[in-house]
Amino acid sequence: MKQGMLNWTRRGVLAAGTALGLALSMGPAAAQTPPGVLIVGQIAEPKALDPAAVTAVNDFRILMNVYDGLVRYKSGTLEVEPALAESWEISEDGTTYTFKLREGVTFHDGSAFDAEAVKFNFDRMLKEDHPFHDTGPFPLAFFFSSVEEVTVIDPLTVEFQLNAPYAPFLSNLAYPTGLIVSPAAVEEYGADYGRHPSGTGPFTFAEWESNTHVILNANGDYWDGAPELETVVFRPITDANTRTAEMLAGGIDLMVEVPPVALSEFEGDDFTVVEQAGPHVWFLILNAKDGPFAEKAVRQAANYAVNKTALVENVLEGTAEVAAGPTPPAFAWAYNEALEPYPYDPEKAKALLAEAGMEAPEVTFFVTEGGSGMLDPVAMGTAIQADLEAVGFDVTIETYEWNTFLGEVNPGLEGKADMAEMAWMTNDPDTLPYLALRTDAWPDKGGFNSGYYSNPEVDELLEKARVSTSQDERASLYQEMQAIVQEDAPWVFVANWKQNAVTSSAVEDFALEPSFFLLLRDVVKN
Amino acid sequence: MTGYILKRLLSAVPVLLGITVIVFLIMALIPGDPALAILGAYATPENVAKINRDLGLDAPLVARYFIWLGNMLTGDFGTSFSLNRPVIDEVLDRFSATLLLAGTSFLLCTLLGIAAGVISAAKQYGWADKGITFAVLLGISIPSFFLGMMMILIFAVELRWFPVSGMKMAYGGGGFADVANHLVMPAFALAVVATGVVARLSRSAMLEVLRQDFIRTARAKGVREGRVVWGHALRAAMVGIIPVLGIQAGFVLSGAVYIEMVFQWPGVGRMLVDAILKRDILLVQGGVVFVAACYVLFNIAVDVAQSLLDPRIKT
Repeated sequence: MKQGMLNWTRRGVLAAGTALGLALSMGPAAAQTPPGVLIVGQIAEPKALDPAAVTAVNDFRILMNVYDGLVRYKSGTLEVEPALAESWEISEDGTTYTFKLREGVTFHDGSAFDAEAVKFNFDRMLKEDHPFHDTGPFPLAFFFSSVEEVTVIDPLTVEFQLNAPYAPFLSNLAYPTGLIVSPAAVEEYGADYGRHPSGTGPFTFAEWESNTHVILNANGDYWDGAPELETVVFRPITDANTRTAEMLAGGIDLMVEVPPVALSEFEGDDFTVVEQAGPHVWFLILNAKDGPFAEKAVRQAANYAVNKTALVENVLEGTAEVAAGPTPPAFAWAYNEALEPYPYDPEKAKALLAEAGMEAPEVTFFVTEGGSGMLDPVAMGTAIQADLEAVGFDVTIETYEWNTFLGEVNPGLEGKADMAEMAWMTNDPDTLPYLALRTDAWPDKGGFNSGYYSNPEVDELLEKARVSTSQDERASLYQEMQAIVQEDAPWVFVANWKQNAVTSSAVEDFALEPSFFLLLRDVVKN
Repeated sequence: MTGYILKRLLSAVPVLLGITVIVFLIMALIPGDPALAILGAYATPENVAKINRDLGLDAPLVARYFIWLGNMLTGDFGTSFSLNRPVIDEVLDRFSATLLLAGTSFLLCTLLGIAAGVISAAKQYGWADKGITFAVLLGISIPSFFLGMMMILIFAVELRWFPVSGMKMAYGGGGFADVANHLVMPAFALAVVATGVVARLSRSAMLEVLRQDFIRTARAKGVREGRVVWGHALRAAMVGIIPVLGIQAGFVLSGAVYIEMVFQWPGVGRMLVDAILKRDILLVQGGVVFVAACYVLFNIAVDVAQSLLDPRIKT
């Protein structure tokens, strides 16, 4: 999420701030909070602490510390490993998943974690006739739309029957939507459960005071080892400049989503800047149906024309890396290492345009003012416009507020625009290409292929990868897909965002995960 | 007097109804809807339809308006989907925070503004007048959010005299001293412009009164100058100053939006900005209607106060 409206003169003010800071010669930033208590500067007030009911990364940052899922991502990767499930078996045809559950785990409210609890969680989300389905809405329930039935085999064995083979199922279970809540607590609090959360995670919920804080305490009995911290306090500070000032003044110990222009404030021994590339890709959708980008050569020309290195270094101040194709490198197991980004080559772009017989093609470019994962979309849009014009395009920018922008772009660009900014953050290499690059994902079929890219070969690879139960086979299918898509250039591949965070010198052992989740169990605060 | 108050209250009803229609229509007509805000990139037509059904947004526009209005008349403002909390709880929480901030600022701008205006007028063209006029010009010219940011950089980040933001400490705070400590900077930042306006208008109102015959009479009778200025003249000038104060109260209330963003004060202005960005329709509507009702009531109170001071205004 981004707070567009009152971002006033970010650059100017921070520049002034830096100057003022130098003039007054910065004093050391001493933490004002006691040891063992970590204050986290969040970007917004959470909506609810019910993992099935929320969609925002901001809320996930709290949830991942209160709950566990059946599986989780191995530290530092996007590969799943056991969590509340100790092991699992997948049937030959890929439609039955049988999980063996961990014994002796209890929820924070004292009730036992077992197969019935797992069934309760998924039935609540997926079955409209479940007595607690009205504790929703569950906006991301479609992550599990392939689940037909959850069956309790015995107290520690649970079976998921899928309606068709669906390879991303396990990584969807590792996503926050798959975190397991206490059925007893849902029964007790009903629709108010989101304010009385109870999970099995390393921290227990203590207090939520609206607009002030959410407080978690250590769960001394955590099955995977008790946390080092005593208490974590999540504080909502929506304005990025104010968040920066709080960090400088020692009011918070850990700050997420540091604005690129503020990073220089945190050089020196008082702070540690942490970075981690994640499953994010920032791209331009090109309209392959009508207009100049219907020609592959013109789409490639756009890829050569945009100076991606300058964008990530100058506009994004090094908070992103140049993207090579549609799949972010954070999906290490599925990423095609052989891909090289389109080099910045304006001459080649001009030659391609001439070859295609295009004389100053006119292009309408949709730009958003903000939005989830969109980084600095206006500045980036302007720089891209200049790059494209330098090779002969005639680019007209139309800027929209994020919600309006989605309302324009998602139904398809035909008749409205030739290109549009877009960014996705996903949890499985299947998600983005499946929803945004297949022929069957054109907007009229309910997908997000707003540029009408169509290549039967890509369609086939993606369908095959989705039903395969072998990770190695999936990996090679995705790698092949990436090479074809890069060559076809349905998008201009621009950047992969690196998430960042700053900690004060009192904080140790903090690392960001490629999943972009905030895991605090091992963090120490002196 | 009771009849006058009743009449004013009755005349507020169509105003408030008009506000409900306007805010409802604005929220219905702005592009983008809550489902898009919730689902973001995952907004397929199917998912959007489901969310709209869950939120009751699939009913016809007119029906939605009357359901909302009817519920509101029974005290039910609905539930905010973005906060998963009754709208009225959130609005009351937030409004009390805004009231504390805006009230303190209003008090500051009233006291400082009138005092500065009176002194300026009493010593017209003297050094005090020149100094105050200069300070007032400076105060009026600084955008309050910029002033707020500079105050944060100087007094919170560098000097560490005051906390940067929020209404209380995130951990172990909440007492009177803690809240007061958090209130100092935002209240001052918010009061500066309004103080300037009040000072200017108080000065001219006072100058006008000081030229009048009854002041000359008072001075001729040998009343001390202090009593002439602060007693006789100020009382007469208040008739001109009070309407300005009413306008400034509205100004302070609306200016609180910026200050609440800068200082992360958990007030109703920041709530509305967040709610609009998330398309939280019921929260925006409920918040706007509530604030508008308070503003209308405050203006009635100002008019009543004025008519008490100057019986000629009563009709």
